[in-house]
Amino acid sequence: MSETKKMLYINRNAPYGTVYALEGLEVVLIGAAFEQDVSMAFIGDGVYQILKGQDTSDSDMKNFSPTYNALGDYEVTKLYVEQESLDERGLTVDDLMPLVYEDEDDDWAEKPSIVLLSRAELAGVMAEQDVLFNF
Amino acid sequence: MKFSLMVNEGPYNHQASDTAYNFAKAVLAGGHEIFRVFFYHDGVNNGTRLTTPPQDDRNIVERWSAMAAEHGVDLVICVAAAQRRGIADEDESKRNGKDADNIAPGFRISGLGQLIEAGIQSDRLVEFGD
Amino acid sequence: MLHTVNKSPYSSDSLKLCMAYMQSGDAVLLIEDGVYAAMKGGESEALVSGSSEKVYALGPDLKARGIASDKLIDGIEVVGFDGFVNLAAESDKVQNWL
Repeated sequence: MSETKKMLYINRNAPYGTVYALEGLEVVLIGAAFEQDVSMAFIGDGVYQILKGQDTSDSDMKNFSPTYNALGDYEVTKLYVEQESLDERGLTVDDLMPLVYEDEDDDWAEKPSIVLLSRAELAGVMAEQDVLFNF
Repeated sequence: MKFSLMVNEGPYNHQASDTAYNFAKAVLAGGHEIFRVFFYHDGVNNGTRLTTPPQDDRNIVERWSAMAAEHGVDLVICVAAAQRRGIADEDESKRNGKDADNIAPGFRISGLGQLIEAGIQSDRLVEFGD
Repeated sequence: MLHTVNKSPYSSDSLKLCMAYMQSGDAVLLIEDGVYAAMKGGESEALVSGSSEKVYALGPDLKARGIASDKLIDGIEVVGFDGFVNLAAESDKVQNWL
């Protein structure tokens, strides 16, 4: 592999109602081993994937939300969340899981992975990518 | 140009597999190369040899197998998604203690890394799903 | 970038999102149930006719659904699968809105 590709994983589905959120996350984690420039975007109902306080103890579904905490360790440090999607749903960044990564270039300081972007800004991010995956 | 395709839905339930197949045919007819067709989520159900669609309808599984046979197209079924949904080849079947396997000719089961590799090695990745 | 939309605009927000994400030089290809957005006279017509970028629709999907050419919004170009491949090859990447 001669070049590093910019890969964006776009998430538009809520968790649990369908499998796309879970199986999409599995792709991101496996993909981390390939040392590409990987980031994720949460648009529409996809923002619900990282809502705080998910508890499946009364359900038989697996609570996979803790896995998002591991993304930083897998060097997926840019999680773009579309502001309009939060607004439409009456959510703010405080409703989301406080996802962080440790910046090795800054003495392993803990920094937020979530980046709030407007639709227009996120469109600009998409335009810069080499490959787009949709889950 | 090298194309890779990702198919996210099973046969008949959604038009995804049909659109992907017709796109793949057009890619080859246009003189381009297909690096890989990767089947994920319910797309793994395109790889069972046990379907018996009505005689007067298209045979989605068989035409994928025929494309693999005639053009050497690499049809890869994700192992994790396949295990969840019950698509297995002989090795997977034995490994998981099942009494049968059902994979269709021309398909092979492999890991998600094959999808990432397709994204890296191809010029275009086109996704078909719900 | 080539965008594709495969959902009817009346059942999904995919077309609305796609149009909001389109940038100068992009194109959108309507496929599968997305071709219903190519029909004139509906509430989604403004989304399509308001686009400053090219809108295409996949011929076989229009025909299957009984959408004749006189029912199409002005300016929409009908292509076949060969055209779909060409559009994908001519752009730098593909964004499939599912």
